Amino acid sequence: MGRYFMILPLAAGALLMASNIQSKPYVLPEEKPVTLPAEPGAELTAATCAACHSLDYLTTQPRGKGAQFWKDSVAKMINVYGAPIEKTDADTIAAYLASTYGGPTQAKK
Amino acid sequence: MSGPMHFDRRHFLAGAGGALLAVPALARAATAQLPFDNGVRPLVRYPQKRALIGLTARPPQLETPFSVFREGVITPNDAFFVRYHLASLPLDVDPATYRLAIGGHVEGPLSLSLAELKRDFPSQEIVAVNQCSGNSRGLFEPRVGGGQLGNGAMGNARWRGVPLKALLDKAGVRGGALQVSFDGLDIAPSDSIPDFVKSLDIDHARDGEVLVAWSMNGEDLPFLNGFPLRLVVPGYYGTYWIKHLSEIKVLDKPFEGYWVKTAYRIPDNDCACVEPGGKPDKTRPIARLNVRSFVTSHANGDKVRAGAAVPLRGIAFDGGSGIASVGVSTDDGQNWQEARLGADLGRYSFREWQLPVSLPKGERRVKVRATSRSGEVQPLEPRWQPAGYMRNVVETVTLKVL
Repeated sequence: MGRYFMILPLAAGALLMASNIQSKPYVLPEEKPVTLPAEPGAELTAATCAACHSLDYLTTQPRGKGAQFWKDSVAKMINVYGAPIEKTDADTIAAYLASTYGGPTQAKK
Repeated sequence: MSGPMHFDRRHFLAGAGGALLAVPALARAATAQLPFDNGVRPLVRYPQKRALIGLTARPPQLETPFSVFREGVITPNDAFFVRYHLASLPLDVDPATYRLAIGGHVEGPLSLSLAELKRDFPSQEIVAVNQCSGNSRGLFEPRVGGGQLGNGAMGNARWRGVPLKALLDKAGVRGGALQVSFDGLDIAPSDSIPDFVKSLDIDHARDGEVLVAWSMNGEDLPFLNGFPLRLVVPGYYGTYWIKHLSEIKVLDKPFEGYWVKTAYRIPDNDCACVEPGGKPDKTRPIARLNVRSFVTSHANGDKVRAGAAVPLRGIAFDGGSGIASVGVSTDDGQNWQEARLGADLGRYSFREWQLPVSLPKGERRVKVRATSRSGEVQPLEPRWQPAGYMRNVVETVTLKVL
């Protein structure tokens, strides 16, 4: 399977505990790192998407939906949710997601 | 082993045991296989929860393993599914200082502590199903984007709280009120993401059944199910059941927020469906649950004895008319036998059904189909819509009869 790019996001629970001494804060388990296949664009995709949500939002999507599905998904993040992503980065991310997840599952990604 | 969802039993047991013994290496190995492509999920542990099917981590989305529904018609708090939209959760919420604000188009705005809410208003209980709009989305064909859930994003609990009507009456709704909006303490990681706010029509909000609930199955709400307060909207999809409820606002004009006006929309026609792959001309906000039923006693691939009575059992529910009847077919829908219905916990609850059937040897497909008291019947073929909401096709469980 070769190299993987990994990202280890912040543990939100730990952050809040440090800033707050209230009685019983709820502690979320530490977010497990999600691996994205190391192809061009992986690092940018992981860093950009993980700013707002865990990367399992990407990896659990249905396979084989083609390039338009991922183009639309990235566009929705920008146009609907206001994700601050430059046009060239958006294109890189959409292309990465399409080539990594746009095809059928047997690619084992 | 678990309804329309398949588990690797060894992995599941390893996970549960691993968690009990606090051996992270074992817990990490635990996975569930949902019955669709790319459906492998980790089984994950959160405080107050047993091992559940992890869909996403931030924000957390957890699905109930289908085998839980075999335990009974009330879904245990520690197994109840979890769905958030926005990643900043109020982890440090303090019940001692928590306030619920009721304002907007009212005579006198209120700000209530939990103690006041419980002391100064009548409380009432209701058993009601909370089902995610996108429950079973992973089974749509063609597949659609969004949370890829099996059938476990639903649960049935006994909720206790104050009728929303009592709070609105106390605040004094002014003439011309149209809708009421609801906001919780969970917020987005960025200001550009619309806050998760939902609305109901004023008459619905004042129907006496919508609750501001603090208790679930006799206990405080689990944090991930909305502690310390959540809205309970019997018969409506979970999207309206705002968690960590902090603000109720009466509106004299229609609510225009993103999560009602743009998101959570369904085709505006009788079937709430379009041709697979198509787009609706017109949409409306999602609202009441449609009728569904499941086999919970047996799962795909289970082996049973020929000739002996196989005690089939399951659940049925709808959006609040109640279940009129449940039919079971063992011959691919040619003939339907009527099941016996179990105790009636109210028209918003799961209703148990039972039917002993005798099956000839071979692979037998068992179908279950519910009819609601309002006359709604589950379709034999799945309906399709682009957002993947409201799946309610007749379910089929294949048994190996030996």
